[in-house]
Amino acid sequence: MDAHSRSEFPALEGAGSSSSFLDHVSRNNPALLPFGRTLPAGTMPATPHGTTIVALSFEGGVLMAGDRRATMGSMIANRHIEKVFPADKYSVLGIAGTAGIAIDMVRLFQVELEHYEKIEGTLLSLEGKANRLGAMVRANLPMALQGLSVVPLFAGIETGGPETDQAVGRLFSYDVTGGRYEELEHHSVGSGSVFARGALKKLWHPGLTAQQAVEVAIEALFDASDDDSATGGPDLVRRLWPVVYVVTYDGATRVGDDALATVVQTMVTRRSLERRES
Amino acid sequence: MAQQFYVSPEQVMKDRADFARKGIARGKSVVVASFLGGIALVAENPSPTLHKIGEIYDRIAFAAVGKYNEFESLRQAGVRYADVRGYSYDRVDVTARGLASVYAQSLGTVFTAEQKPFEVELAVAEVGVRQSEDHLFRLNFDGSIADESSFLAMGGKADVVQADLDKHWEAGASLRQVLRWAVSALEAPRVDATRADAAATASGSSDAPTPSLHLGAGSLEVALLDRNASRVRGAHRAFRRLDAAAVAAELGEV
Repeated sequence: MDAHSRSEFPALEGAGSSSSFLDHVSRNNPALLPFGRTLPAGTMPATPHGTTIVALSFEGGVLMAGDRRATMGSMIANRHIEKVFPADKYSVLGIAGTAGIAIDMVRLFQVELEHYEKIEGTLLSLEGKANRLGAMVRANLPMALQGLSVVPLFAGIETGGPETDQAVGRLFSYDVTGGRYEELEHHSVGSGSVFARGALKKLWHPGLTAQQAVEVAIEALFDASDDDSATGGPDLVRRLWPVVYVVTYDGATRVGDDALATVVQTMVTRRSLERRES
Repeated sequence: MAQQFYVSPEQVMKDRADFARKGIARGKSVVVASFLGGIALVAENPSPTLHKIGEIYDRIAFAAVGKYNEFESLRQAGVRYADVRGYSYDRVDVTARGLASVYAQSLGTVFTAEQKPFEVELAVAEVGVRQSEDHLFRLNFDGSIADESSFLAMGGKADVVQADLDKHWEAGASLRQVLRWAVSALEAPRVDATRADAAATASGSSDAPTPSLHLGAGSLEVALLDRNASRVRGAHRAFRRLDAAAVAAELGEV
């Protein structure tokens, strides 16, 4: 069995072994995890931070959008960063906070869901996915106390439930202790979230279509970028638009650049014509 | 304590191999075959939940025959290996060759060091960009590994199934075509058996096989590695199962 333990091939464990990739890696290769290390004393230099994410439900699904800016103190660290990701076929997550840890946490979460699906042969329930993400955020708590916090926003639709023809989108927000809270209608996280939420409250209404939901998300992010210096607005020079994902029963799909360009152009034209304080 | 008799190593290995071979031959067969649109994995398996075919990674699938608990533990270990590797390096760095070689090591260790060898035979398939770039590996209970071109059959009367596939298989076939070949190959051992029976009773009526020999969609487990998954469906995972209705439609049974 010596050869076995030396090789990188996992042991042939039978019953009782976990379906969780996080558990497996924590046991066997903890160094691979983005969190779970104790940092020595010292001051952390400025690291890139991701900013605003908005999510809202609409008739038949849920949508999540994030701006493209990462900031490092008062500097713009990156203007192409993507902070909204598909978690699996029926859910998406967006992240605000320390980008380096957050992006690895997203990768870990994606593998976690896929791993479960492959081992068990079925998808995890939406609540189950939300709980796993909460466990990861909680595992990052020691580093959050050192200023390296990650705050995700999770959205998805329940699959495999009763045959309702209308998918119901659900949103989950988290705090740094891993606390998980279900949000209704819409939610936002990150530095510009306060301003985005104001816009969402005024623009969201029941029975939005997917197209209207995209428009609402773009407006909310625009308003956040208007008042929060760490949130990037749509970049008409570089033609950079927010990352927008729509989740319906057909799966999670990214809204194309052309569609977003039209929405942004329409909004910018309308707001310029109004010649008001936005 | 009773004195142990000397048994030559050749005899020990032969006994173990015979034991494993008997176990594998008792089960039903599995066919893995490459076609134009990907790789088809077809198993005779009446259970809709206890799978013999599974997804390992983006472009890699697994098929097995033999004892369920043994190949299931190997499948899960394979998924863990692939996921850890893909997470720590990159998704493209997970290859069937790497997986097959760790399977071979693992099976080899069990064959020599454990109480009893695994009564399993595995196939690891990786779909390529073109049909000529498909990889099929066959892994035996003793850890021996073979690189098969285009198709393989294992389990049950594997030689009969393999011979039947050998007669039909051609490059560039459609999904429908390759499924028909696979099903007819899986039916071949039964057809042979009834022919032999007919010859024994000497009734002289060696006509078409009776319908009971026929394998319907309900008793098949079918999955695909889709060659164009990323281009057509925008998905990095090429593996998908075909349900009984889809299989029946492909086989023209509806």
